[in-house]
Amino acid sequence: MSSLLTGPETTGARPAYADHQRPWWQRLLFTRDAAVLALLVAVTAYSITSVPFFSNDITLYFLVLDLTPILLIALPMTLVIVTGEIDLSVASTVALSSVLFGVLHRDGVPIVLAALLALVGAAVCGAVNGLLVTRVGLPSLAVTIGTLALYRGIAVGLLGTTAITDWPKNWTDLAKQKLGTSMVPLVVIPLVVLVLAFAVLLHFTSFGRGVYAVGLSQEAARFSGVDVARTKLVLFTLSGLVSGLAGIYFTLRYGSARGDNANGLELQVIAAVLLGGVSIFGGRGAIPGVLGGVFLIGVIASALRLADYSANVIQIVTGLLLIVSVVAPSLIGWASRSRRRRGPVATPERPVVSEAAPPTHVPNGASK
Amino acid sequence: MSKKFIAGRRAGTMAVAMTAVLGLALSACGSSDTPAASGGDSGGDASLTFIPKNLGNAYFDASNVGGAAAAKEFGGTWKQVGPTEATPDSQVSFINTAVQQGAGAIVISANDPKAIGGALQQGRDAGTKVVTMDSDTDPSYRDLFVSQADAAGIATSEVTQIADQIGDSGEIAILSATANATNQNAWIDLMKKDLADNHPNIKLVDVVYGDDDDQTSFDKTAALLQSHPGLKGIISPTTVGISAAARYLSTSEYKGKVALTGLGTPNQMRDFIKDGTVTSFALWNPEDLGFLAAYAADALIKGDITGAEGDSFEAGKLGSYTVGADGVVVLGDPTVFDKSNIDDFDF
Repeated sequence: MSSLLTGPETTGARPAYADHQRPWWQRLLFTRDAAVLALLVAVTAYSITSVPFFSNDITLYFLVLDLTPILLIALPMTLVIVTGEIDLSVASTVALSSVLFGVLHRDGVPIVLAALLALVGAAVCGAVNGLLVTRVGLPSLAVTIGTLALYRGIAVGLLGTTAITDWPKNWTDLAKQKLGTSMVPLVVIPLVVLVLAFAVLLHFTSFGRGVYAVGLSQEAARFSGVDVARTKLVLFTLSGLVSGLAGIYFTLRYGSARGDNANGLELQVIAAVLLGGVSIFGGRGAIPGVLGGVFLIGVIASALRLADYSANVIQIVTGLLLIVSVVAPSLIGWASRSRRRRGPVATPERPVVSEAAPPTHVPNGASK
Repeated sequence: MSKKFIAGRRAGTMAVAMTAVLGLALSACGSSDTPAASGGDSGGDASLTFIPKNLGNAYFDASNVGGAAAAKEFGGTWKQVGPTEATPDSQVSFINTAVQQGAGAIVISANDPKAIGGALQQGRDAGTKVVTMDSDTDPSYRDLFVSQADAAGIATSEVTQIADQIGDSGEIAILSATANATNQNAWIDLMKKDLADNHPNIKLVDVVYGDDDDQTSFDKTAALLQSHPGLKGIISPTTVGISAAARYLSTSEYKGKVALTGLGTPNQMRDFIKDGTVTSFALWNPEDLGFLAAYAADALIKGDITGAEGDSFEAGKLGSYTVGADGVVVLGDPTVFDKSNIDDFDF
């Protein structure tokens, strides 16, 4: 079987594919994503039993409404970070699309057209980031710090300190609408559609394979036929577009278009994405883990609020969790290495892999 | 071979590590379950949730002291929760949480007149009373607004102080915030009217704008004194302006010769009162504001008032208050701070 891999790579590549020599259920269970999702289940179970009022089904309603903008933006952000880039301008894009939506609505543009134009504006914001990164070749960190200030500045400049608040009630109600008599908000439907769309795009298309390839090695990706520049441009544009959508939701949910809407949201999004197991260095991460990360942060915040903690405590807990989740892999790697160095004590613990085990080498960046 | 093992082991250990952090966090919240539960298990008792614009704001720390003291007096429970940043939407999740807990009343200083409206309305539908203080929402979203002071009261207080300090005659100037600041412009208009009607010998020679920026206000004060050598007094109806002006005066030849008054906080003005740069200044007392808001919320919960115009209620040591038009309760004239009382205040 190992003859499937040719030449010197056969021996050299085997450790890298070691993950895939385990049975499928192990590969599914022993992942970063599974760890985050398990933690989410544990925290939710604990909160339901021990935090007063948490078990009330309205908790779910508020949770989904609060998390919607974060979850929306986390989807394209995951792909952007997997390519090794970052987009810090998303919250400013949310504000700009909110203000555009508001200004157009105020000036008498029909609301659907105003929303579409705001989306176009947001997509242009994303494309500008993408062009600066790919065509000019600037680092995305620098570019999007710049556009973070630029887009926020334009948003505040367009409206000043005023807010546009005269939204038709049927539209603002739509953002808070529940499905039938349940406590599940209507926004769940577009959310599920987008989550599935991004999951398919990342995990089941050649474009998605290209995203991982770019994140692991741009050079290798280019030589294997991935259009690196186009991939990044598409992702930054998607990031802008989805941020624009979040901006419209934000405006309708709060009935207020303001230049300082969604201030600091980019950090919440990135925290959730990293907590969900996406490597900030690129090449690793998956949508299920990111979903887990978003909801984990949301559930913890909700439980702490119900236990009468203010925002500062919630931020401390979220920050600690994020640090642990980032530091843990390195620490564990270091611990394993030093244990191995001690030699025979650890040896019997290690399961012996048969040399004949078939290297099912589906390239799977997700499960690392 | 070992790498695969590490990968499996790594995820497991990580889960353990993350759970440990959470365990810490949640056991901490477990210990505080009791007050939350006792505060919220029935909407009937006076359980008050104060939501400031943001945490770590000295102004709201002071209003909290008043709110908590009032709740203690009438036997209600009091707590404060809130966001770290004063953004339009940041208060919403805390409002929602208070509603879930069945709070008797929410006392809030709104970051946005509209963005929190839906959440407040949801709370009112569920039986929670809503009192805004310091900064109002649209009137339709709350039962009462406890206002710090009315514009006329502030204007009169400023003019009376400067008139006392300069002997009711001479040139004065105003150092304001920004040229389009709504509150300041309303006060300045009322001050002009009050000066014309009641103080004919005082001449307002200039109004300058320090943009609520410390350095700009400092420079404008210097320029003002240069261009008007006969100036006898300055009114600065903004906390940034008055402290910058006081800082300039205290190190200049004009110290003690040019009077300065306006709106400031005791903590920023304490040194200037003590070294004689400033004789007196005013501000509403945020502690009283919180105290009054708590009593108003209690009266709403008990059903003594509904928030309609003409309703009246008792607010402990502050006395009796009547609800005005649009459900507004005015705290009263601003408190004047001088050498005799400044050490009684800490905000």
